Amino acid sequence: MKPPVFDYHRPVSVAEAVAMLAAAAERGGAKVLAGGQSLVPILNMRLAAPAALVDINRLAEELAFIEVGPDRVRVGALTRHAQTEASPIAFAALPLLRQATRQVAHPTIRNRGTTLGSIVHADPAGELPAVLLVLDGEVELASATGTRVVPAAEFFLGPLESAVRPDELAVAASFAIPPGRTGTAFVEVSRRAGDYALCGLGLVVRLGEDDRICSARAAYISVAGTPVLVDLTDAVGGQPPDGADWASAAVLAQAAVDPEADIHATADYRRHLVGVLTGRAGRAAAAATVLVGQS
Amino acid sequence: MTEPSYEVSLSVNGVPLTANVPARRLLSDTLRHELGQTGTHVGCEHGVCGACTVLLDGQPVRSCLLFAVTVDGQAVTTMEGCRAPDGALGPVQRAFMECHGLQCGFCTPGFVTTVTAFLRDNPAPTEDEAREAIGGNLCRCTGYQNIVASVLRAAEILREESP
Repeated sequence: MKPPVFDYHRPVSVAEAVAMLAAAAERGGAKVLAGGQSLVPILNMRLAAPAALVDINRLAEELAFIEVGPDRVRVGALTRHAQTEASPIAFAALPLLRQATRQVAHPTIRNRGTTLGSIVHADPAGELPAVLLVLDGEVELASATGTRVVPAAEFFLGPLESAVRPDELAVAASFAIPPGRTGTAFVEVSRRAGDYALCGLGLVVRLGEDDRICSARAAYISVAGTPVLVDLTDAVGGQPPDGADWASAAVLAQAAVDPEADIHATADYRRHLVGVLTGRAGRAAAAATVLVGQS
Repeated sequence: MTEPSYEVSLSVNGVPLTANVPARRLLSDTLRHELGQTGTHVGCEHGVCGACTVLLDGQPVRSCLLFAVTVDGQAVTTMEGCRAPDGALGPVQRAFMECHGLQCGFCTPGFVTTVTAFLRDNPAPTEDEAREAIGGNLCRCTGYQNIVASVLRAAEILREESP
């Protein structure tokens, strides 16, 4: 068989799941299996051999949800990418969720993989970690001893490394709905459609009362071990959305990142992409500035 | 220490089947080795090639990225389930044959299952939508042109044959 041996646990409630994680943490630790679209390849290639798996796929009643409140959108740990992508209420409140999710792998993978799983997996090329960061998101973690909430800025510790402790289950992510007129875009470049991005970003533009840009922020993927948040307001703030100086924003972003070379792209090429894609995303987001989250 | 096994009950193409498998047994291997459903082909075994795609409760998924035990109780549709009710080739299979949408045929089961679900949800796709739909399936023979033609032809056949 392809994957290595593991102890298998199949809880039917969050309470049971965190008790199993706590017990497993004493005996070499467990990995949580949700969609498994990153975990199972790693197991099949035997790049990891966790002592145990805690399969949360029976927790749909508790953990498969999308809730839209006045200020935030909450997505449960068993919500598949396809559900996040298709959700009309999530799209109405936060179009960036659909814009980014459409670029996650292929539709078949999105049928199984989960929004929160992508965040917890913390792949430097992952789209959803950048969305969490640029939308001031938080991750809710449950353990046998209680719950805690970790803001995005403290959640991503390194490549494939998040703040989730061995005895904790990530139960939901929440994303802040930016106030006022907002436009967003997610753009990326990959060598093949659906493949890992060489560079990409999620960008949020907000307009003030005067219909001029009051805030522009972007989170970049594949340019460091964790997503990189860059405030572009200094370059485009106070400008009209249809005539903003995205070339200056591109220069600002290029100065803020320090990408490394790998077999897929040189550092210079990634930095070039940061500039080009900042302009592309900025123009698209500015063009999309519409009433969001207001009644 | 022997590895524990789990009883897994699946509805495979409408037929209830049961297997006893270790937790680490992939759905793809369970279908082929335990249940004799060899229409599901196993290519890369890490989710890239799409050859092993089956429908899980109607939705395309990679059977090499699922443990059988995880989907206990669910309905699986494989290539065999995409046949016509009388056992003849189904509409998507016929379109692939007519349009020369396969050469060696190794990747074809993944295309047929994916396309079957796609045309159920989008019965009149554009060429661009057809290309997007098969974006997660690799074929090393055809160069894809004939596969795109097959998707569009399958949509025609389904329309012609719908009551």
